[in-house]
Amino acid sequence: MDKKRYSDLVNKHMPKENKIYNVMKAFIVGGGIGVLGQFLIDIYVHTLDIPKNEANSYMIITLIFIAALFTAIGFFDNFVAWAKAGLIIPITGFAHAMSSAAIEYRKEGLIMGIGSNIFKIAGSVILYGVVSAYVFGIIRFVIFGG
Amino acid sequence: MIYVKSFIFAGVVCAIGQIILDNTKLTNGHITSLFVVIGAALDIFSIYDKLVIWAGGGALVPITSFGHLLMHGALEKANQYSILGLSMGMFDLTATGIISAIVISFFLALIFKPKH
Repeated sequence: MDKKRYSDLVNKHMPKENKIYNVMKAFIVGGGIGVLGQFLIDIYVHTLDIPKNEANSYMIITLIFIAALFTAIGFFDNFVAWAKAGLIIPITGFAHAMSSAAIEYRKEGLIMGIGSNIFKIAGSVILYGVVSAYVFGIIRFVIFGG
Repeated sequence: MIYVKSFIFAGVVCAIGQIILDNTKLTNGHITSLFVVIGAALDIFSIYDKLVIWAGGGALVPITSFGHLLMHGALEKANQYSILGLSMGMFDLTATGIISAIVISFFLALIFKPKH
């Protein structure tokens, strides 16, 4: 009976603590990537002497490259499993989804493997992004005139 | 100061994502798609523009900025070419991200072998 009560107590408290810990991890890792993004923009603006919107693009490409490379080497999966939303919500999650699909289906060939599976997860982001941007774009265009 | 704002904004967005992930049955794919739609929706009233000015890189890193950039490119061209412009400009600003992700992923898949 004592054991049962103990396990009930554990079950009652475990997920709650894990959730708070998860949210904290996501906040810190996600925030860290936000700071890294801003840091990269500042570096590119100062060292390459380019306008800010170009630096934004270089920053996105850099983060995508880092995430894809780490995925290919093999330890980004562990990072994602640990930080969860902290790495999935930033653009690194998009790059991770794409590169891990490409690498995983490589053995099924160039066309049926990489070709048809590279957008397996990232495709939904592009699909719903485009559809929603189109619908909201029409709404904004009609109401505010662009 | 911009670094603090970047940290707070990106952190809060990711924390919201984690809360949704923990408390519902939605998967990673659902969350990222949802956040892209939210990013585009916030641009109807130019809210995300103000967030980008406030948080800088912190607002550009989360996937919400993907929806915001899709919408921005589309509207920029829509001012010139009316409704047709929505399709013309849709990928103008996000093309660099999508294309570099495709090219990098492809060549990495050729070079590296899966771990498991």
